[in-house]
Amino acid sequence: MARLARLALAEEEIEPMARELSAVLDHVAKIAELDLDGVPPTSHVVEVTGALRPDVPRPSLPREVALAQAPASGQDGFLVPSPQA
Amino acid sequence: MHATDLIGLSATEAARALAAGSVSSAELFETYRARAQADRDAGEQGLNCFTWVADQQPPDAAPGALGGVPLAVKDLFCTEGVPSQAASRILEGYRPPYSATVVTRLREAGAPLLGKTNQDEFAMGSSNENSAFGAVRNPWDRERVPGGSSGGSAAAVAAGLAPWALGTDTGGSIRQPAALCGIVGLKPTYGAVSRYGMIAFASSLDQAGPLTRNVSDAALMLSHMIGRDPCDATSLQFPGAVSMPSAERLDGVRVGVPAELTGDGIEDGVRTAFEAALELARELGAQISEVSLPHAPHALSAYYVIAPAECSSNLARFDGVRYGARAQDPRDLLDMYTRTRHDGFGAEVKRRVMLGTYALSSGYYDAYYGRAQRVRTRIAQDFAEAFGKVDLILTPTSPTVAFPLGERTGDPLSMYLSDFCTIPMSLAGIPAISIPCGLSGGLPVGLQLAGPAFSESRMLESAHALERAIGFDGGGARV
Repeated sequence: MARLARLALAEEEIEPMARELSAVLDHVAKIAELDLDGVPPTSHVVEVTGALRPDVPRPSLPREVALAQAPASGQDGFLVPSPQA
Repeated sequence: MHATDLIGLSATEAARALAAGSVSSAELFETYRARAQADRDAGEQGLNCFTWVADQQPPDAAPGALGGVPLAVKDLFCTEGVPSQAASRILEGYRPPYSATVVTRLREAGAPLLGKTNQDEFAMGSSNENSAFGAVRNPWDRERVPGGSSGGSAAAVAAGLAPWALGTDTGGSIRQPAALCGIVGLKPTYGAVSRYGMIAFASSLDQAGPLTRNVSDAALMLSHMIGRDPCDATSLQFPGAVSMPSAERLDGVRVGVPAELTGDGIEDGVRTAFEAALELARELGAQISEVSLPHAPHALSAYYVIAPAECSSNLARFDGVRYGARAQDPRDLLDMYTRTRHDGFGAEVKRRVMLGTYALSSGYYDAYYGRAQRVRTRIAQDFAEAFGKVDLILTPTSPTVAFPLGERTGDPLSMYLSDFCTIPMSLAGIPAISIPCGLSGGLPVGLQLAGPAFSESRMLESAHALERAIGFDGGGARV
């Protein structure tokens, strides 16, 4: 699960994490007792449909401003390590 | 005017004094700036409310209707050129190239940025103990928590270090700290206020709102926050304006009390203060009846699936590429991601990212996220049914008063239970306000009023009448 979350966990973090997550999961499992047949899911409480705007070009953040906060940048882009060592 | 007298003014009174010219925006700003800076300089000896304080009044501080009433802003709002790191190590040094819409609107209305306030990391917590900047202390008792996640905002307003503050509420993060610090906190209807520039935690729940000394100040701030924003597709046009409340009676107001949120788990002192407030409401002319929210007891479970699921998705953006911190000497790209996130996130954020990743993973999605969304529908239906019979629902805001620092950090579930009374309204997307309704053992108790979507003006009128009748004195927290 940690790999899926792109999260490194130290050896000593694993046991407490598993214990705490199990306690929370046991609590939330109570919703399994409810009869929810035919109840539609709510993903958003407000009805927003067709929130479209005219497709007109407008200025965006200048490239150098967007790059200014990056830990590493160069050649007009963000620099990252190679996917394969 | 003498500094002590300036601090004594509510934001509404300060705006009036500025308009009348009896106070200058420069002296008001400097008075608060000096107090905020002193708290910051005091470090562990202070309340630790602020993560950043302005070094001078901004040049454009006094336009608009407010005329220069300084505003404290929760760290997770992007403020152009000013540190904004949502109290997380992973955003260390981040100075956004733009400001959140709501911060811009308030600045243009005449509420200049006084400082950024401490909070639980990415708004995940109910005690303000999960912060890269350290815990905030409660001005009523320094050995207790101020609540969270908008703890710095609440403590700063209670202590008179800011006239008012901006916070965010996902499951109670404005209302619970307001209750624990003896001030007013309002969570608007979902969609009433733009979320653009708020560092996201759970996008279907997050909403910005005011933390203020009184109900009129909350109405005043909200009136300058609302409205559709092209940068937030979920924001809506607020129907009508937010009116300034003046009610002194509750004649004809139908008040519902849900047994599910006022029974088990509410500590005695809170119950006593809550029942006294109900009695006052009756004396003011309200018709009080019992209502039922049968699915409310399941709200906490649904919330702790939905909020972590959305959090795990939102926080995927913190990967060490575009902003903030990056782990040193990574072996490869994956190593950079995983170590950056290990080093940058605190324990509670890691827990929620893990929980959300699990709840969304294939094979578990229907059992957790799918079911939680159906429970959410049921909870919204419960409220809709209740509001067919009553205008307002009253509950305690928090089941307990402020608890001692460290008491719940080792037990996430006990921490989560702090938001038992506030989460149902968040899931339903409806507005709710917490006002102080008395003391228990010398610590403030909060009363929560909730109404149907976009009923803020009516809710504020009732809150105003109750506030006036309760006559709570917040002076005990002033530093």
